[in-house]
Amino acid sequence: MTTPTTPRSTGTRATRVIGIAAIVMSAWLTLFGLVLSPADVAQGDAVRIMYVHVPSVWLAYLAFIVTAICSVWVLVARGRVPGVDRVAGASAEIGVVFMAVTLVSGMLWGRITWGVYWQWDARLTTTALLFITYIGYLAVRGLDGSPEQRARRSAVVGVVAVAEIPLVHWSVRLWRSLHQEATVLDTDLDVDIDGLMLFTLFVGVIAFTLWFVWFVLHRARVMALAALVEERSLDEALAERAAEVPAGGQN
Amino acid sequence: MSTPPGVVATARMIAARDLRIEWRARVVMNQVIPFAAVTMVLFAFAVDDTGALGRLAPGLVWLTVMFSLLLCAQRAFAIESADGALEALRVAGVDPVGIFLGKAAALAVQLLALAAVMVLAALILYDLDPPAGGVVLLVTSAICATCALAATGTIYAGLAAGVSGRETLLPLLVVPVVSPVLIGATRAVEAALGTGGTAVADGWPWVGLLAVVAVASAVVGALTFGSAIRD
Amino acid sequence: MESIEFIIGSYLLTFGAIAVVAARMLRRARSLSHRVPDEEKYWL
Repeated sequence: MTTPTTPRSTGTRATRVIGIAAIVMSAWLTLFGLVLSPADVAQGDAVRIMYVHVPSVWLAYLAFIVTAICSVWVLVARGRVPGVDRVAGASAEIGVVFMAVTLVSGMLWGRITWGVYWQWDARLTTTALLFITYIGYLAVRGLDGSPEQRARRSAVVGVVAVAEIPLVHWSVRLWRSLHQEATVLDTDLDVDIDGLMLFTLFVGVIAFTLWFVWFVLHRARVMALAALVEERSLDEALAERAAEVPAGGQN
Repeated sequence: MSTPPGVVATARMIAARDLRIEWRARVVMNQVIPFAAVTMVLFAFAVDDTGALGRLAPGLVWLTVMFSLLLCAQRAFAIESADGALEALRVAGVDPVGIFLGKAAALAVQLLALAAVMVLAALILYDLDPPAGGVVLLVTSAICATCALAATGTIYAGLAAGVSGRETLLPLLVVPVVSPVLIGATRAVEAALGTGGTAVADGWPWVGLLAVVAVASAVVGALTFGSAIRD
Repeated sequence: MESIEFIIGSYLLTFGAIAVVAARMLRRARSLSHRVPDEEKYWL
């Protein structure tokens, strides 16, 4: 072999440990959620969806809170903290993925429990609007401009988006309170939680938190790599031009 | 060179300038309001039931105002980047809070005029019979709602100003954030016009919601606008 | 188990999404990492 070692990717021992732990916990969650835990008195087997639904919504909101905190940091530092900006972006990306997963698994649960895929419930509606908001956030991250400008712009969206959460939730709840027929919703978290169910949910939350950390570490490093590659190709292009000009410039 | 003017003076200057530009060019009056009006007519084709149209009228009015917000907010920053005026203000050290408040105020005035025309159009086209005493609620809720819309629109239009692809980005950013305004304004106007079978007094909690949203968007905008428009 | 297809489906969807996103991310990481020397990777 001519190259002594293959180049190192974004993995380290820490991410490997976290990744393996996440896989083990997810397998455990599947075993408990689908096989070992009992069916719920009110919801029946539909409660099994909750063991992936609740952890994924937890992950999504955790991701958006991390994005918001990093966004405030970026704004205070006027965009000159590329590492924090990358964490904000990585966190929002994984949050959007899990928000989509949450919405679909929630709809499957609703179809079994309520008989319909969609209810105009405050939590559901807020989550859907939030999903769209963070798609917008990612679109702003994709805009052209200097890295600092991009960091500041997306941080503004990150802050506005998190300020939006309570307002949207409050307005939708106020709106639904006028419609008395929404009593179907009373079933939704009145689960008579027994010990094993609670334990299964707990396993799920731990597993998904590990996934979150794993994804954010890797994704932030991928973003750093992409920035370095871009910088290097720019440097190379400049060096090439500098080499060309004295040789062939005067003819 | 003298010190830059204070926040209020800057805001007044910017708002007056934007409104003067609108007064000369009449883009909102000659282009946006006709667009909004024809939307109201098209809603009648889509719904095709006078009774249902009456019940839907408040929602249709505010949907139209929201679409017009996207056009007006875009326009408010197109006039800036055309002659580099915003750039000049920023370089001169003018407080971005003042710029934000001024642009938002000018936008709010234009939207309020637009909302007034739309309510009038709904009254005529959709054959509404509003109860007496709803006028105060109507005006208060419209002022709060347009301020909230204008503040949000200004943050995002400023952020997207001068970026390629902003025409499609702005709706994606603005629409989910203004959804509380749409809910609140629709319900308040419904109470004021008596179209939803609710009493006028039922509209006031919605005005509270609208006021909170307006203040929150103005505060967030004032805090972040400087970062949004800096190069 | 009633509605088993919905329940299994939600698990497949969730873990499938994790697998797909992870695989795509790691592939991109590997291809980019060939173009950057190891000493510039701050996490090593």
